[in-house]
Amino acid sequence: MKRTQTLAVVATAVTGSLVLAACGGGGPASAGGKISDGKVVIGLLNDQSGVYKDLSGPNSKVAIQMAIDDYKAKYGSKAVAKDIEIVSADHQNKPDIANTKAQEMYDRDKADIILDVPTSSAALAVATQAKAKKKLFIDIGAGTTALTGKSCNKYTFHWAYDTYMLASGNGAATVQSGGKKWSIVYPDYAFGQDMTKSYSAAVERAGGTVQQKIATPFPNDNYATFITKAAASKPDVIGIMAAGGDLVNFIKQFNQSGIASTTKLAVGLMFITDIHNLGVDQFNGTTFTDAWYWNFDQQNRAWADKFMAKTKVRPSFAHAGNYSAALNYLEAVQAAGTDNSDAVVKQLEGKKINDMFLRNGEVRAADHNVVHDVYQVKVKSKDQVKEEWDLEQVIKTIPASEAYAPPSPDCTM
Amino acid sequence: MSQFLQYTLQGLAAGGFYALAALGLAVIFGVLGVVNFSHGACYMLGAMASALLLKNLHLGFWPALVIVPVLMFVFGVVIERLFVQWLLKLDPLYNFLLTFGLTLFTVDLMKRLYGVSSQPYEVPAGLRGRLSLGSVDLSTYQLFAAGFSLLVCAAVWLVLTKTRVGMIVRASTEDAERSRALGINVARWVTPVFGFGIALAGLSGVLAAPYRAIDADMGSNFVIILFAIVVIGGLGSILGAVVAGFLVGLVEAYGQGYYGQISQVLIFVLMALVVLVRPSGLFGREESA
Repeated sequence: MKRTQTLAVVATAVTGSLVLAACGGGGPASAGGKISDGKVVIGLLNDQSGVYKDLSGPNSKVAIQMAIDDYKAKYGSKAVAKDIEIVSADHQNKPDIANTKAQEMYDRDKADIILDVPTSSAALAVATQAKAKKKLFIDIGAGTTALTGKSCNKYTFHWAYDTYMLASGNGAATVQSGGKKWSIVYPDYAFGQDMTKSYSAAVERAGGTVQQKIATPFPNDNYATFITKAAASKPDVIGIMAAGGDLVNFIKQFNQSGIASTTKLAVGLMFITDIHNLGVDQFNGTTFTDAWYWNFDQQNRAWADKFMAKTKVRPSFAHAGNYSAALNYLEAVQAAGTDNSDAVVKQLEGKKINDMFLRNGEVRAADHNVVHDVYQVKVKSKDQVKEEWDLEQVIKTIPASEAYAPPSPDCTM
Repeated sequence: MSQFLQYTLQGLAAGGFYALAALGLAVIFGVLGVVNFSHGACYMLGAMASALLLKNLHLGFWPALVIVPVLMFVFGVVIERLFVQWLLKLDPLYNFLLTFGLTLFTVDLMKRLYGVSSQPYEVPAGLRGRLSLGSVDLSTYQLFAAGFSLLVCAAVWLVLTKTRVGMIVRASTEDAERSRALGINVARWVTPVFGFGIALAGLSGVLAAPYRAIDADMGSNFVIILFAIVVIGGLGSILGAVVAGFLVGLVEAYGQGYYGQISQVLIFVLMALVVLVRPSGLFGREESA
């Protein structure tokens, strides 16, 4: 038995090195340069049927296609990647499915990079695959800081946001504007716990206090008593760390509680699609941190117009983030002259970027966290809304240096 | 102390709502012997229908309160005629599986048609704000929902105990064989009762719309709590469903107030305790255990 195993290992190693030799030593793969299999394959792996479908989902494929079109338009016949293909799959927010799909994408579909992957546990599974296969992974949709912390690796980048940035933006800014005493209500699972930890730290760093941290079951549709309990310590602000349907449940019930008129509501993570679906009057001036807003300036708006012409909706920050990640990946391939992962990583590391999505952006070489300016925003009141998707008012731009944590000592590439 | 009173009030308000939703489940089990797993999906359909009436026809909460139960009654009758009746003679497991399949189908259909995000809905104009009772207070809407639920429960109870129709239905529930022998056409009542149970699920969906997130998945967690309620109350017992609805509402509120994240676990602890002491539930008949 042992002998067979040894033989198998040896055989695999030999075949592997032969394949590697063939790749490395092979002649020009295509006229455009050293592109593996003659084409660049971008894998989009996200939630295409569940709670995160609207905020990213199938429309992110449109965003990535826009990046491909812009890349081709810019370089024309000089483009290193001539043939670019997108493959997409639904990971249903489950880490095991994400793991299998990522393997399929890298191995069978010959994906050179995987993009998006919301849901932290799924993102961490894909990061492990990226490391093992030595292929790129740029996460946009997940919030966990572990991607650039203890689970960081050479081939994984985190592009749009993380729980630290969500907390430091809105948490600190709210304390500075007078919201000193907080109660935090959170769903008792990884994301909620992580957000609560980050938010409490951000509030305390800014000089505020978190009087109560109230854990709730997940999922949960009746928050009435939790709200009463959160209000008992007479906080200035109630922070809610739930997402999706639970967040909607909470907001509806918060609005009907007696404290809505006297207590501010801070939301941990929210997307423009949430506000659009519920209507602005449900939010009553709620504040949160946004990684990007489509109507922030003319540059964003111009891109959002193109996106809307294709999808009939305005983009969320995840859509814009997918575009930016795909375009910068292709730019890196162009600069490297190849889609070889190590060469592309070298191009990306340390790169300073100012584009439609990233302002004062930098791909930090130390932990592959892509830091950039983010925004504290407030949901507009009904009379401020001038057009269907114009729902947010930017109160404050938080510079990249303040928004993100310094590279974690836990990260060793 | 005032906090305890506040929790109690919130528990009772939630309880009234639970009682109404569980009532339909109890009626259907009582008369047809069908464990209707699709009750949560029908609750979701009720809420979705309210949201769609508002979005497409600008019909608000009050018209929905009448229209949606009627639509759901028709839906229930169609389902009973098309599927449920053929399986009644077989092991109850068949209808359980049927309604389970129906749930999967309905939920996915709604996702496909209307997406996964929550639908917008508003609290009706007359029911905004809050009512204070001494040191405690409650949202006007919650109070209305609980009061309305109780009224419907009382009306159903009156119909069942004081009218001829109610007598026939109860007799069929107690002993279908003997009722038939006495010349009562039991089968005639099966379809409308199923439709009525589904209509009650739809009605609780309408009541949930201003207060809860309206999406395709809203019933999946809810139905589990409903089953706990009917098991605590005794399968098929109308009074049991109502009493257990309030009990669960209170346990949930105290749980949320004092034990946080395990508040939902407490509901099932209560269920386990009841089943341990009285396997047929608080008001169930021994033979149905």
